[in-house]
Amino acid sequence: MTNNLDAMTFIEVKNLSKTFDQFLANDSISLNIKKGEIHALLGENGAGKSTLVKCLYGVVKPTAGQILINDNHVIINNPREARSYGIGMVFQHFSLFPALTVSENILISLDEKITKKHLEDKISITAKQWGLSIEPTKKVLDLSVGEQQRVEIIRCLLQNPKLLIMDEPTSVLSPQEINQLFKVLRKLANSGCSILYISHKLNEIKQIASKVTILRSGKVISSTDTSKISTTSMAEKMIGKKVKKITKISKSSYLNLSTAISINNLNRKKLSQFGTELKKISFNVKYGEILGIAGVAGNGQVELMNALSGETLGDPDEIIFENKKIGNTNIKFRRNLGLEFVPEERNGHATVPDITLTENTFLTFYNAYSKNNNFLDNILLSSNMSSNDSISIIKDNDVRCPYSNPLADQLSGGNLQKFIVGRSLKANPKVLIISQPTWGVDIGAASEIRSKLLLLAKAGKAIILISQDLDEIYEISNKICVINNGSLSTPKITSKISATDIGILMGIN
Amino acid sequence: MENLLITILLTSIPILLAGLGELVTEKSGVLNLGVEGMMLCGAVAALGSVLIFGNPYIGILFGAVAGILISTVFSFFTITLMTNQVATGLGLTIFATALTGLIGEPFVGKTAASLPKLEIIFLSDIPYLGKILFSNDILVYFAIFLIFFIHFGFQNTKLGIIIRAVGDNHDSAHSIGYSVKLVRWISTSFGGMCAGMGGAYIPLALTPHWSEGMTAGKGWIALALVVFASWMPIRLLIGALIFGGITILQFVAQARGWDVPSQFLNMLPYLATILALALISFKLKHNNYAPACLGKHFLGNK
Repeated sequence: MTNNLDAMTFIEVKNLSKTFDQFLANDSISLNIKKGEIHALLGENGAGKSTLVKCLYGVVKPTAGQILINDNHVIINNPREARSYGIGMVFQHFSLFPALTVSENILISLDEKITKKHLEDKISITAKQWGLSIEPTKKVLDLSVGEQQRVEIIRCLLQNPKLLIMDEPTSVLSPQEINQLFKVLRKLANSGCSILYISHKLNEIKQIASKVTILRSGKVISSTDTSKISTTSMAEKMIGKKVKKITKISKSSYLNLSTAISINNLNRKKLSQFGTELKKISFNVKYGEILGIAGVAGNGQVELMNALSGETLGDPDEIIFENKKIGNTNIKFRRNLGLEFVPEERNGHATVPDITLTENTFLTFYNAYSKNNNFLDNILLSSNMSSNDSISIIKDNDVRCPYSNPLADQLSGGNLQKFIVGRSLKANPKVLIISQPTWGVDIGAASEIRSKLLLLAKAGKAIILISQDLDEIYEISNKICVINNGSLSTPKITSKISATDIGILMGIN
Repeated sequence: MENLLITILLTSIPILLAGLGELVTEKSGVLNLGVEGMMLCGAVAALGSVLIFGNPYIGILFGAVAGILISTVFSFFTITLMTNQVATGLGLTIFATALTGLIGEPFVGKTAASLPKLEIIFLSDIPYLGKILFSNDILVYFAIFLIFFIHFGFQNTKLGIIIRAVGDNHDSAHSIGYSVKLVRWISTSFGGMCAGMGGAYIPLALTPHWSEGMTAGKGWIALALVVFASWMPIRLLIGALIFGGITILQFVAQARGWDVPSQFLNMLPYLATILALALISFKLKHNNYAPACLGKHFLGNK
């Protein structure tokens, strides 16, 4: 019987460990993937998923443990060797070269000798065969994120993989694209290729995978059939405690609504070759309302955030806040009016990574601290002035620090984000503009951040939420619009717009 | 007129060679500001070896090897030890200027043999064109060949595409299994070789005597030219010819007795460099062709 089962196993990992300096990223992990199986790897950020697959793909070397492929011990020294064993990988942050064409990108990762022309034909054929349309002579920087993922997948398919590793493949896709991807994955699995599917989206795992292995702090917590485990218990195993039931805060109701901020025909040229041009963006947000702006990454979200915050300036009447034309004013001016901004990049944009939380708070509230002082006193202002504020932000928002007053980059992503959101709330804004607030944040912190936003809206403030996470948009927004290639759709009331509608607005056919 | 065009072509060869080398180096993501220094090393090695061995072809070989050797110093510091590329490149030039002054001291006042002209049978008989294009020394042919070689190589060979890939996104190149550092070492050495040959061309074909700092800023022009050409080999030829022309303008003005201060004419190539760079950066603002990883360190596995 063992023989029979072994014959079906493609790859087996035994007691694999990996340490970085002192940190144990993988702690004696064992895993077994059968041929043609879609095997999900579930875990929070920092649980060790990425490290494990990097070991399998030869990007990092395990400190201890064994890898068996078809029952033979193998040592995978580099990605080239991994590919020769039939392992292909689609990275979360794609490993593509923007300035190169699709075929050039694929050419350099193939180990066989082939001319560019010949390869272009081959790509077209493979693309057609799997239903992944792609133009081989286009430069990657001209492709959408979804298309870029197709390039990565085709790159793997051309090598006839026996195991395809996909790292968070759906985080950048629209609902339609996700369905398309799942079709391809199922087709692949049916043809005998195993798939290791990394995700932290529980529903997706239920939908696509037959087996799930749950990791937490570098250890395997559970490995079972997806049909035998509920999403709730998957979540519990993933975060290691009962999912805290958050008293569901309802969305604010529509009463006494006056317009907080209106954007009229906002245009911005693209800043670089890789940027997106903003075209005639118009919308209104009322007090007490959350406007969700959905969209696939790279469609102008960053540019819109910059325009709203005042990092890029335009005509005065492009942005009107309480009858003031502020489209040409800088960030400081806008913040003094009561607008607050939380940019997407936590480390280095929303905070200065290598100074303490107190100092970061000081930088934010410098204006407030210096208001009633004379010139000289302002020069000599001490950053300690902010320590009370920073302590109360930490306390009110349950920011877990490794020690008191740490450097910003010593907090985990979720805790740092809680701190940043808390800091913005501390400023008591009238309008909060927040971009990707829960990107890469663990479930617990994400739901806390969302409930803070709901509370803020209930208190009568306006919120503009730019997010790629559709579930999040649906959960907390009153109105939803979609940004696609620098244009914004008309905002619609949440209950009147379906995921399919959104997918269509995202411009994916 | 014929002679003028030939002179322009010959004057542009050192800039063209050095520029082509630097183009390859920069495509891999390494910014080597030591071009001037590497050219000087090539020049002194070529001149010295020709004086010793008497054969100008040996001079090309020594020039190339000297360029490679000095570039490996740069590679070792910037790629292996990860020092700052700008500072190291500048340091390299300053070091090489002094070093070549020392080495070149005994060669002062001696005249080296020049590279012979190789007439290509039949082609060199074409009126006008034949004299200009097909009756030159070997390095002219080599430089022209190199333009198309590099252009073709970047488009159609795996090594060329890998070099571009490393310059475009070194983390990705690493994650699909290429040695970023090795590719950069190779590209930088190629750049050193070309700069060495470009430097060697000056004593071997233009002025057969040694004088300290005889490259006279050609390395800096070559550096600017790479940006001017927006990292495209064929545009580099056009740029090199323009700069060759401007340099020659000084001599034309003198010969014709134009009433322009000679200092002003001496200044012209560098002025043109600054102008070209300003124009280009103006035009490139929204359309940047520079390799995305240019000047960035590759830290390896974090």
